Amino acid sequence: MRWRRLKAIAVKEVLQIWRDPRSLMIALLLPFTQMFLLGYGVNLDLKHLPVCTFDREGSQLSQALFKHFQASQYFTIARNVTSYAELTAAIDDATCGFAIVVPPDFSERLNDTGSAPVQAILDASDDNTANLALGYATAVVAGYSADVQLHWFDRQGRPLQQIEPMTVQSRVWFNEDLESRNFIIPGLVAVIMALVGAQLTSLTISRERERGTMELLVSTPVKPVELMFGKLAPYLVLGWLDAAFCLVIAALWFAVPFRGTLVALFLTTTLFLVAVLSIGYLLSVLIRSQVGASQIALVVTMLPTVLLSGYVFPIDQMPTVVQDITYLLYSRYYVTILKAVFLKGSGILELMTPILFLAVYASAVMILAARSFRKRLD
Amino acid sequence: MNAGQPAEPRIIAEDLVKRFGSFVAVDHVSFRVGRGEIFGFLGPNGAGKSTIIRILCGLLRPSAGRALVAGIDVARDAERVRERIGYMSQKFSLYRDLDVEENLKFFGGIYRVPRAELGERIRFAIDMAGLGGREHALVSNLAGGWQQRLALGCAVLHRPPILFLDEPTSGVEPASRRRFWDLIHALAADGVSVLVSTHYMDEAEYCHRAALINQGRLIAVGSPEELKNTALGGDLLLLECEMLGPTLAALQSAPGVLDCSVFGNSLHVLVGSAERSLRELPDYLAQRRLPPTRLVRIQPSLEDVFVQLIAVDSAKRRAA
Repeated sequence: MRWRRLKAIAVKEVLQIWRDPRSLMIALLLPFTQMFLLGYGVNLDLKHLPVCTFDREGSQLSQALFKHFQASQYFTIARNVTSYAELTAAIDDATCGFAIVVPPDFSERLNDTGSAPVQAILDASDDNTANLALGYATAVVAGYSADVQLHWFDRQGRPLQQIEPMTVQSRVWFNEDLESRNFIIPGLVAVIMALVGAQLTSLTISRERERGTMELLVSTPVKPVELMFGKLAPYLVLGWLDAAFCLVIAALWFAVPFRGTLVALFLTTTLFLVAVLSIGYLLSVLIRSQVGASQIALVVTMLPTVLLSGYVFPIDQMPTVVQDITYLLYSRYYVTILKAVFLKGSGILELMTPILFLAVYASAVMILAARSFRKRLD
Repeated sequence: MNAGQPAEPRIIAEDLVKRFGSFVAVDHVSFRVGRGEIFGFLGPNGAGKSTIIRILCGLLRPSAGRALVAGIDVARDAERVRERIGYMSQKFSLYRDLDVEENLKFFGGIYRVPRAELGERIRFAIDMAGLGGREHALVSNLAGGWQQRLALGCAVLHRPPILFLDEPTSGVEPASRRRFWDLIHALAADGVSVLVSTHYMDEAEYCHRAALINQGRLIAVGSPEELKNTALGGDLLLLECEMLGPTLAALQSAPGVLDCSVFGNSLHVLVGSAERSLRELPDYLAQRRLPPTRLVRIQPSLEDVFVQLIAVDSAKRRAA
């Protein structure tokens, strides 16, 4: 490998990127806009879900239950209805995602037996929200039950400390507020970098072919590795810029706590970029047309990264077969790394395993790309 | 066929064959090009000129036969060959979004022209191409002739002893073509071996030797003089007459006549011996009431030779 030739390729590539301001703008603006769009768009937290109440009793106790709902940050009482028909309408036109019905004998049963059922009706067309809502509603009702129970025991004249059962004092680590944003945003950086990175390099070789410059290039003594490194180098710099944008937006704008070191972040990001850029380059070598290469790059980077990297969908909840497949996906490691660096403050040593996997992946793709490049036309 | 052997062969093609599937693009082609020689490839489009050049540059692998360039077997060690050649492909392949100097610097880097010499080499290439003052013009803004001269400049930047130029003058206006050939001659005078293809038949006159290629085969090789004098296998007469059609028919069976074709509003008659036919043909035609108004011996142009040879060769193949 000759440094001189590699440099000549890199300088030429930089000039070509510079002369094409439109694609340069896309390369720099795409991560910016994606970060904001997806950063705000993807939110798994449930806050202030509109609730419809149907109080068939109208007692003090039933109103107290609703107050518990109103007091919770997860729900807002939007409608009070007086018939099932109205309730159905409220769910149907999506003014409310959740309805709660108090039976006419609520107080009576509560006083007699110490327990009374209430009905919850959920719009499960969005099953994620429905699941969360049900969970939070159960918690609200449980809180209320505890209150009622306390009163009941109180009236029976029993000392309160006797009925203190075993309790769990949970303490959440790393994402103390259980903000879904805090674990989604670092993964989002990986998704965007996978998308942008492979797009950048997916055009380099096919562009030479389409513009007819390839024939002359392969007639020179340039070696496939010189060509590859010369072409990847400028895009790595562009990738660093993009990654810096995304990471700064994540830490400053979205206020995701950053507890790791910049060194760990830089090293792992570079490895990930090299892997992604090499994938784009490999596709560019294998696929003759620019459009084809960029389309395939989109499919092999963005799709699996969104679905299988653990960015939003937890890997340990996937079927075992799919879990095994995720080990083949480079972005899985980077998502793991980013979440750990941001939220746990993990250093290079703790992250050795995913770093090694990324390194092996990047090298394998590069070797493959250098080998698939042929300096012949037949 | 004359294939005079140069003293110091820089390019040796021996029985080269290239097949694409069942199509034979190059059919047992052999020739040699010496030091400082300008060797022309002439022939219609699709004759196989580019394919042969690509084989010699190591871009295509020959199906059979052997190609030595600068003494190196191209099929075995294409990389070493690539350091010793300059190549201008048929399709313009410099970077249009780079300027003149940036393109030259790029190829200077790729060929590792010593840094101390690079400035001077680039200056030389720019002067040679007549691009002084346009060093920073984007290549896409240059006219065709300038682009081609710049491409030549890039190809010779590393002083290769061998140059392959694939239709370098196609699409270039005549004045620029002339100038381009002057550059080729200057390079050859410095000892560079040049293999150049063209489909302009008149450009064969600029070559030291030319090879006529038709359907993948060399059908004639020689200096322009040799080709004009011997390749036809006879002498050429120009005949003017009143009735072109009947005269043509009568000549087909006339003694000593090898071939006859319409050329404008006269006839070109190929005969075994000019002396004899000039003596006998007027009487022969007069007896058939078709007296020629003019009959003279002419020096065939290379175009005559090529048109004739390609027609004969194509007819022979159809018959086979």
